Formats: sequence, structure tokens, C-alpha cells
Amino acid sequence: MSDKVTNIVLVGVGGQGILLAAEILSETFMLAGFDVKKSEIHGMSQRGGSVVSHVRYGKEVFSPMVPEGDGDILFGFELMESYRYLSLLKPGGTVVVNDLCIAPPSVLIGQEQYPADMALKIQELFPDCLLVDGQNLAIQAGNARAANTVLLGAVSKRLDIEEKYWIEAIEKMVPKKALEVNLKAFQMGRGLK
Amino acid sequence: MKEILSGNEAIARGAYEAGVKVACAYPGTPSTEILENTVRYKEIDSSWATNEKVALEVGIGASFVGARSLVTMKHVGVNVAADPLFTLSYTGVNGGLVLVCADDPELHSSQDEQDSRNYAKFVKIPMLEPSDSQECLDFTRLAYEISEKYDTPVMLRTTTRISHSKSVVTFGERIDTIKDAKLERNPAKFVMLPGNARGRHYVVEDRTLQLSKDGVSLPINRVEMRGTKMGVITAGISYQHVREALPEASVLKLGMVHPLPFDLIREFASKVDKLYVVEELDPFIEEQVKAIGIPVTGKEIIPICGELTPGRVRKAFGLPENASSTVEKLPGRPPNMCPGCPHRGVFYTLKQLNAYVSGDIGCYTLGFMPPLSAMDTCVCMGASIGMATGAAKVLPPEERKKVVAVIGDSTFLHTGINGLMDMVYNKGAATVIILDNRITAMTGRQENPGSGHTLMNDPTNEVDFELLCKAIGVKNVRTINPLDLDECRTVIAEEMERPETSVIITDKPCVLIKREGVFKPGAPLQVVDDACAGCRACLKIGCPAIEWIPGSGKKGKAHIDPLLCNGCDVCSQLCKFSAIKEAK
Repeated sequence: MSDKVTNIVLVGVGGQGILLAAEILSETFMLAGFDVKKSEIHGMSQRGGSVVSHVRYGKEVFSPMVPEGDGDILFGFELMESYRYLSLLKPGGTVVVNDLCIAPPSVLIGQEQYPADMALKIQELFPDCLLVDGQNLAIQAGNARAANTVLLGAVSKRLDIEEKYWIEAIEKMVPKKALEVNLKAFQMGRGLK
Repeated sequence: MKEILSGNEAIARGAYEAGVKVACAYPGTPSTEILENTVRYKEIDSSWATNEKVALEVGIGASFVGARSLVTMKHVGVNVAADPLFTLSYTGVNGGLVLVCADDPELHSSQDEQDSRNYAKFVKIPMLEPSDSQECLDFTRLAYEISEKYDTPVMLRTTTRISHSKSVVTFGERIDTIKDAKLERNPAKFVMLPGNARGRHYVVEDRTLQLSKDGVSLPINRVEMRGTKMGVITAGISYQHVREALPEASVLKLGMVHPLPFDLIREFASKVDKLYVVEELDPFIEEQVKAIGIPVTGKEIIPICGELTPGRVRKAFGLPENASSTVEKLPGRPPNMCPGCPHRGVFYTLKQLNAYVSGDIGCYTLGFMPPLSAMDTCVCMGASIGMATGAAKVLPPEERKKVVAVIGDSTFLHTGINGLMDMVYNKGAATVIILDNRITAMTGRQENPGSGHTLMNDPTNEVDFELLCKAIGVKNVRTINPLDLDECRTVIAEEMERPETSVIITDKPCVLIKREGVFKPGAPLQVVDDACAGCRACLKIGCPAIEWIPGSGKKGKAHIDPLLCNGCDVCSQLCKFSAIKEAK
């Protein structure tokens, strides 16, 4: 096993299920035999605030926080929040982002406008960017709420971890009744180019 | 067995393995999940106390009759519990007692950034500081051994990045050799009258000296030699950042941050050319190292405010920072009250009435945020009422009327009730609004003495707020529906006029409440496009379900997201054009 630590940053809006996705990632890496650390700020996470979770794995991980400019993958659940945290990515890093805009309070009340062309601006800075229509793919898989799992599938394709560990982690973390849809959603994400 | 656990989950596991019988806490970010996890072990009696002082007293009581007890709180909670804590240092324990204190550098969810390591020195008790989840488990177990061996309470200090980070943990077994609790009387040790306490003070001073000596060979204080050029003394999460940013540095990793093992520090200092202390917040270790005459660099380069990160440590040591992209300024995304939150209409009304709002700690502190912008002060748990009394004492009558304290049910029961008793007793003239949403919401919906259930999910007594207020002498107590704006405005305005203490209680539950049947959402609403005049009245409550859709000209229209709307109906009461109706 090399000494390289892989850094993933998950960002989005409180209530989107970011913490569960970070749990599944961490579980997968542990099952695959790696040291794993994960750090996030919750408490405010159910009240619509900006949420960031750091997941790191490798032979030995020290800090639970991804150093600025050291992120390998940014796993974005919402466009503006993804753009906000691009500084955590290393030059040439990978972005997998949900094609979704959620208006923050100042935009909801008409004081500010949601910034234009977020997806384009992300792609300009990080050409290795996959824009995922999570919502529609999840509907195709059987439930709009499985959008996160579609994204997870797309992220999984970009990491050198055997598929069986992903499946095992999903089976462990996702409630039984939602499992079939989520496994399907995961494969749809994994199939994205 | 291996699992990925947060620091808080690992502390709960450690307490279980250590044979803890009683766990007590008041919720507070980032400490809350410890008790939410001890409750999973049927061997531990876990409970939410009304405040941190009571929590510690429950723990002390259990310890004095021989049981191992765990008490947890956030950093500012220790301020509330400080009174019994100082004297507990003198009495010592019978069963081991561990107080977990979770600090919050960077103020992710707090009103100050206090460094609670100072308490250990002030109170004169040992403090352990884990640097990952495995250490959270191991140090919790060790803390009980130290507590009983040295006859002292032990503080275990975490920070947000320890409590809320997860890492791989290997479990142990619960030790079952712990003696049973039984009545043992020892008044010379446990009755702290001056005559007894004088003698105990000598015991405390000797204990600290002994712990400092024994700390030299304590395995959790360890030297990692990598070279002689640079040595770093560090502890807790800072250790991880140092290993990340300065992989070549030799490290003295302190697992016990009070008392310090001075002989070990001297020895380490003698082996390296240049010595540093890397610690978050106060120069706690640094000042003590300097005091024994060892030159060391610390806060000259390490920030005193905020948390450390690998990047901040690199920067402090003048190492090149990683290249990173800069992005344009974006609209912020602060947290917001939920759609249907029963607090929203109250704050809208207070703003309309131009009240001077003496605020408190809870979800309702978000009433500060625009567009509600209806909070003028927020200091600490329970402060709203006492501060309203003080302001009303000195303001001229016309301004005095504007003073309104707002406080949640849990915060009122925590330390607000004393303030209200004082207001009545001293004839204070201000209005107090108890925002009773049946739960301790901000920390993640914990039960409290008003919610009718215990942490262990047993049905129990529910505090009757109206009766309680009357019993302490409030003559004017009124209960209102906070979702009815007319009622809010009428009642609040009337009570603000009254030249004596009055209490208004709101009676609608938190929308996130977990227990079934407590919160009942209304039918989702929608904006009838043709009827919407684009007057923006509904936007003044800042509901996340309502969005302004700019029009092609100057006029736009409001839109309600039916998936987010909880049907509280507050927005429709603001619409003069009857444009907000039940969604079909």
C-alpha cells in the first residue's frame, strides 16, 4: 500500500444527506482496509446552512481535515456550495457535482441573485468536472431521493476501490426498504462517463 | 471489533467499557452525542439534566456512593458547573468521576471560544486530551483509573474536531469488577465545611505534584524522536496537524495536559535544538514551559484565535502554502429557521412592534438573521430575563415598554427560571416570552423536563409552564398560538404596555420533533400567480419555502415550494391579496 492519502471533500446544503454520503464513503474505505478519518461540522446541518465534510483515507491518516489545496475530489451536492469550496481542491483535481441550485436566504427574499453560470465557472477552473443530473437519474432508478447515491456511484468510479466494498457499505448503511433503489442508483452513477 | 466512530461515540463506548453506571449531561454542541450514545447501553443510566451544574451534581452523588459516573457538557457548560467542580476537587471521589468538556475553537456553534484547559489548572485536577477516536475510547477508560487511583475527578477535554471527527476504533470489553454502589459515610472527606476543607486543600496540592511526577512515565505522554533540529510539544487535534504539516519534527505528545510532566519536558527540550509548542487557543502549555525557564516558541507564530488546520500550521512555520484556486464572492448561506417553525411569527411581530429583544441561546437566536432581524442581545444560557430586568430598571418609561425577553423552554428550565423569580421579586417591568416548542431543538431535539419523556424514552412528568410562572408570582401569564399573527400582535402589544412582569407562553411544537403525533404539518400552500401582486409582504418572514422569482420588468412574484412547505399559514396571513392558498 502506498503512503498516499486520498482526500475527498463533500459540500452542499444542510438537509441534503451529505453526512450519510460521507458515512458510506468512510465505511467503504475501512472495509477496503484503509485508515480513514472524516471531519465535519454539524449542529447547524438541518437548518439549511452550508455543510462541508472531509473524508481522507490511506495507509495512515493524521489530520481529519483536508489541507487547503490538497483535495483530490470535490463531491458537490449543490452548485454554488461546490464553487465556494473549490479552494480545497488541488490543481487539476476532480469535481463530481449535482446539477442543482438551491437558493440561499438572501436570494429567496430577492436581495441578491443566485450567481450565474456556476457549472461553467467550476469547469473553467477544473476541467475534470462531471456534472450529474442526480434528480432525474434517481427518478429513473425509482426514487428522487436517491440522487445522492447516483452521485456516490459517479464518485466511486473515480476511486481505485473494488466495487464489492461499495456495495457492502451501502447494504450496511441504507435502510432495507430503500436498498434496491439505491443499489440501482449507485450503478447508474457508476456508469456515467 | 473495528468500527468508524466519532470522538463522542468512542467516549460513550469507553465509558461503557469502564463500567460506568450513571451518565448525565445537558446537551451542548459539540458534546451532545456522547449521551445519545451512552443511552444505547442498558447498563448505563443515562439522563438529561436541567443544566450542567445539576448534571455534575448527579454525577457526584453517584460517585460518592461508589459508582463510576460520566458527566458531559460543552465548554460554556463548565462555567455553569464550576461551583460544584471546584469543591469536588477537594472532596475527591469514591467511584471514578469523569467530566467531559467539549471546547469549540473557531466558534462553529458557540458564543465564545474559551480554552477549558485553564479550568483543570484552576480547579487543580488532571485533564486528558485525546487526539482521535481511538484515544477518546482509551483515554476515557484510563481517566477512570486515574480518578480512583488519585482520588480526583478527571476532565477529558475534546474539541469540535475531535468530538465530531470519525476514525477507526478497536473495541475492548466492559470491565465487570467494578464494586456495587452502597452507602458509605465519610463526612470528613465529603462535608466541605472550613475545618474539613482546610485539610483537603493540602491533599489537593500534594496530588497535583504527584500527578506531575507520575506523568513522566505515563504512556500517553510520549516522545517521538525523528531528528534533533526541531522539537514540538503538542496535544489533542494539534498533534494530528503537526504530524501532517511537519512530518520531520520530533514530537512530545501530551495525553495529559494538566498537570504537565515537567521532567519529561526538560528532557525533551534538552534533546532538540529548537523547541516549539503548537496548541490551539491559549498559550496554556507554553506559559508553563516558559515558567520553568525553558525557551520555547509558541504564540509568536501560532494563532491564538480560531482553530488550527494543517494549512495554518504550515503557514505559521513559514512553509509554502499549497496552490489553491480563488473564487469570486458568493451570497452567504447561513442556517435559517425551518419552514413552519413556530418562532417565525413571534419574531416578525416583535420587529413590527419595534421591541428591544433580550435574546437567549437556541434556534430562536436565528431571529437575529435578516429579514426578521429581531434580536438585540444574546450573552449566555438564561441571560435574557435577568438582562431584561436590568435594562428595564434604568430606561425611561416609554423605552422600558419595549423590553422583551425571549427564551426557549429548555433554556428557561436551564437557568432562566431564576431570572424570572428575580424579576417578579424585585418588581421588574418587562415582558418575557417563553418559546415553548416542547424540545431542546438547536442541539438536535433532546427531551427536557417540559417534553414529557426522558432520554431513555420513559414517559415522565411534564412541567406546566403556566402554573410554574404563577407559582413564582407572575400575575400576568398568557398562552398564545404563535402561528396566529393577529393573536401574537394583540397579546404581545398588550403585555408590553403593562408596567409589571408578564409572561407569554407560545404553544406550538418544533417541526423537527421526532416523537410521532407531536408536530402535525398543515396542508402545503401555494401562490396563485394571477392574484400575487408582487408586494413582497410574504418575504418578510424569511421562510425557506418561499422564493422571490424576479419578473421580466420590475415586478416579480413569490413562489412556494410545496415540498418544503409545512403549511403553518403564517405567510398567507401577511398576503393582502389572498394569493396564498392550499396547494391542490
